[in-house]
Amino acid sequence: MLQRKDLLGIKDLTTDEMSLILDTAAAMREVMRREIKKVPTLRGRVVLPLFYEPSTRTRVSFELAAKHLSADTVGVSAGASSVVKGEGLLDTARTIAALGADVVVLRHPAAGAAEFLSRYTRASVINAGDGMHEHPTQALLDIYTIRDYKGTVEGVTVAVIGDIMHSRVARSNIWGLRKMGARVRVCGPATLLPAGLDSMEVEVFRHVEEAVAGADVVYALRLQRERFRQGLIPSINEYARLYGINQERLQLAHPEAIVMHPGPLNRGVEISAAVADSPQAVIADQVANGVAVRMACLYLLMRRDDDDQTYH
Amino acid sequence: MKLREKAQILDAEGIRRSLTRMAHEIVETNKGVDNLALIGIRRRGVPIATRLAELITQIEKRDLPVGSLDITLYRDDLTQLSYQPLVYRTEVDFSVTGKRVVLVDDVIYTGRTVRAALDALMDLGRPAVIELAVLVDRGHRELPIRADYVGKNVPTSRKEVISVHIKEIDGEDRVLINERE
Repeated sequence: MLQRKDLLGIKDLTTDEMSLILDTAAAMREVMRREIKKVPTLRGRVVLPLFYEPSTRTRVSFELAAKHLSADTVGVSAGASSVVKGEGLLDTARTIAALGADVVVLRHPAAGAAEFLSRYTRASVINAGDGMHEHPTQALLDIYTIRDYKGTVEGVTVAVIGDIMHSRVARSNIWGLRKMGARVRVCGPATLLPAGLDSMEVEVFRHVEEAVAGADVVYALRLQRERFRQGLIPSINEYARLYGINQERLQLAHPEAIVMHPGPLNRGVEISAAVADSPQAVIADQVANGVAVRMACLYLLMRRDDDDQTYH
Repeated sequence: MKLREKAQILDAEGIRRSLTRMAHEIVETNKGVDNLALIGIRRRGVPIATRLAELITQIEKRDLPVGSLDITLYRDDLTQLSYQPLVYRTEVDFSVTGKRVVLVDDVIYTGRTVRAALDALMDLGRPAVIELAVLVDRGHRELPIRADYVGKNVPTSRKEVISVHIKEIDGEDRVLINERE
């Protein structure tokens, strides 16, 4: 069982905890395939998605997950909330308590925001992305998708291509994949590779062709256009030419390789339209699996009556 | 929780005979296997449902669909448990709408598992009829629920525990009555 109040990152999850989340997600996937996609498990619970950064799919995914489990959910996004009025996280924590939220799903531009909030609220906090730090449910849904297609994660070779430095998706995935025994390769412009990749036990490649060769999974990261404005890459076109996943490069991978992307897609930049629409792309599965994984997390973090005694 | 073994209620032969009789009763009540389906409640209801289906097939020379139901997400005591029950997959790969469904479990006690199973089943569709088959009825119902087919009625005290061992899961077939020490 998950012996924790919060889900803040992949780095401090054990492999047993990750397996439990993935197995539970498989059961949730069955619920999602039903005509009536609803079970009464979290009836009367309140899930509060709190998004201090724009996001559509992660927020919708969490809200659907909460609704499938019969929890009540009210989304709060940056533009509409008092965030723009300068309310600090501590005041937000008081508001959460007053509203009686059981779970807060927090997306915030500052690394460590979820961890900070978790210390000041009795509610469970799920990190839905904190700055350049972690995005644990994205990594879990990606690992679920890999396990679903490949049968296992152990020994699977995953090539992660793109802006590793600024990507919390990459960071959480690398930690998670390594824990589950996958071989991880990374490739991207030198300006977008962080220091300390060696300590994350990944293989770094200079050329995307080498990174992709024989890989079971090709994971294209989204390129933020501001990296160009920051002068970290010479041009978007050059990035597409050197690192974009096109059919030619995909042919170097294992014949049954799958292509993944966290979305939203920049077609023609990190991934060509032909690859994105090819049967090898499993991007739609990632989205569907995301709801199941988040249902699993909400279920497994559900507070039980006797937890109050142990909570300090 | 330490258990002291008190008595064996059924041995492998006893289980086989009980299930054989229940299979005949199911066929008789439902007038054959038209539209009939068996759904076992995880975990031990599942192998029992599979065996009942095999016995019914032997009697009627026809196959019938078998599914398995996980009721964890429908339990009414989730917040009161000190542990977190594992959620297993519900596997019912046929439509239950319009079917005569026999729910199968190993033991009926308070009736709360069956209540949850009825809700879970109804979320999958609208069966024409739902019946209940259990290997052991040990009494102490807390809800107005009864079994239609019973392997053995066993009067128990609440201190006692019925342990059903099924070969597919536990490596042997037998039913024991134990007492908490």
